[in-house]
Amino acid sequence: MTAVTITLEVNGKSHTCTVEPRLTLADCLRHELGLTGTHLGCESGVCGACTVLVDGASVRSCLMFAVQAQSKRIETVEGLAGASGMHPLQEAFRRHHGLQCGYCTPGMLMTAMELLTENPNPTEEDVREAISGNLCRCTGYQGILAAVLDAAAELREPAETRP
Amino acid sequence: MKPPPFEYHAPVTLEDACVLLATLENAKVLAGGQSLIPMLNMRFAFPDHLVDINGIPDLGAIVADRNLVTIGAIVRQRALEIDPQLALVAPIFSEALPLLGHRQTRNRGTIGGSLCQLDPAAELPLLALLHDATIRIASAGGRQRSVPMDQFIGGYLTPTIGPEELVVGIDIVPWSEGHGYAFYEYARRHGDFAIASVACLLDLDDDLRVVRAAIAVGGIGSVPARLPTAESLLVGFSVDAEIAAEAGRRCADLEVVGEAEGQAAYNSGVAAALVRRAVLRAFERARAGKVGR
Repeated sequence: MTAVTITLEVNGKSHTCTVEPRLTLADCLRHELGLTGTHLGCESGVCGACTVLVDGASVRSCLMFAVQAQSKRIETVEGLAGASGMHPLQEAFRRHHGLQCGYCTPGMLMTAMELLTENPNPTEEDVREAISGNLCRCTGYQGILAAVLDAAAELREPAETRP
Repeated sequence: MKPPPFEYHAPVTLEDACVLLATLENAKVLAGGQSLIPMLNMRFAFPDHLVDINGIPDLGAIVADRNLVTIGAIVRQRALEIDPQLALVAPIFSEALPLLGHRQTRNRGTIGGSLCQLDPAAELPLLALLHDATIRIASAGGRQRSVPMDQFIGGYLTPTIGPEELVVGIDIVPWSEGHGYAFYEYARRHGDFAIASVACLLDLDDDLRVVRAAIAVGGIGSVPARLPTAESLLVGFSVDAEIAAEAGRRCADLEVVGEAEGQAAYNSGVAAALVRRAVLRAFERARAGKVGR
């Protein structure tokens, strides 16, 4: 099958690779670009582990071909931490025991990133609805909910600026 | 869990897409991919060619006003969920859409894809049938035809569309301002395909009697279906608990599919309860619309 050369912008960096059309975006990120932070669970659109942001929207990267991501802006879990350390959302997951084995975590984080960008002050119900497409088999979700809500508060008003 | 090999085509005009579909052997249209790509990953489908229509700008528009709603085939489900103009003229969309899959699949999944996949439990075919929508279909040479939704439904997962044809959009005539609406579904987990789903629209006169009713039921049969016996039952009357329950019992008129012992009877019972609730809720909203003016 005819290979296609594509250019993807991932976490602000441009990458060019030549791929078969059938290569999913998830496999492209992991195998071509070495970004193994994005996890693959079911590869059929059920578990949400492979969630990344494409032009700011959360998508299942197992249900999109890499060739379709040409010229799109992709954000993965590797892009969250900055020079000053973990992203406040990641810190909140650690504080609230929002992960145990960590397999679902990249998908949870990227889904929560989209939610908090759209809605900086979500209710618990909003968070539950947003992560309803992300399966976790360890923590029972309570720690994840607490982490996202706490991160939302932190991002609205960082702790050091509070009276 | 990897897709089989295929040739990839990404036309940027409708005509180019139609010519590809007319000339390529064993080609499939790739819209949002949220049903097709799982089928490829699981090797349920083996197309030799995929025609990706995401790059055709003409198919991505949504125009909603009081007289007509026109939605292009590749409009994302998430866009339907949050479009303020659509919420104004056909508010049942923003009630139903959060129940469709999950945020991540709604960000990719399209209305044209949902209509062509035609899952009996899917929300968008049900809403199209409820509104007597018109499906616009194109093929090579600039040919276009329109099909009413009830004729677009050929059978289980099967729209009446040829392999060389492409759904380009859907037209809906909104109901009058202040109409009543309700969408209910019952699924074992949020975002799953529903065991039963029910959509209802009601128009009332100034004496709060029903002048027009539409009820559609999904999930229980091989295709989404209207419930005309319940619709005609309501017309001419105001709605109370008794008539709503009677409307629900008309689900017995519908085809029900169920393999396990007791499944068909249970699913039909769920549908009946949802029809009752949807009729009551739609009536409450329509009454509020009348009183509010």
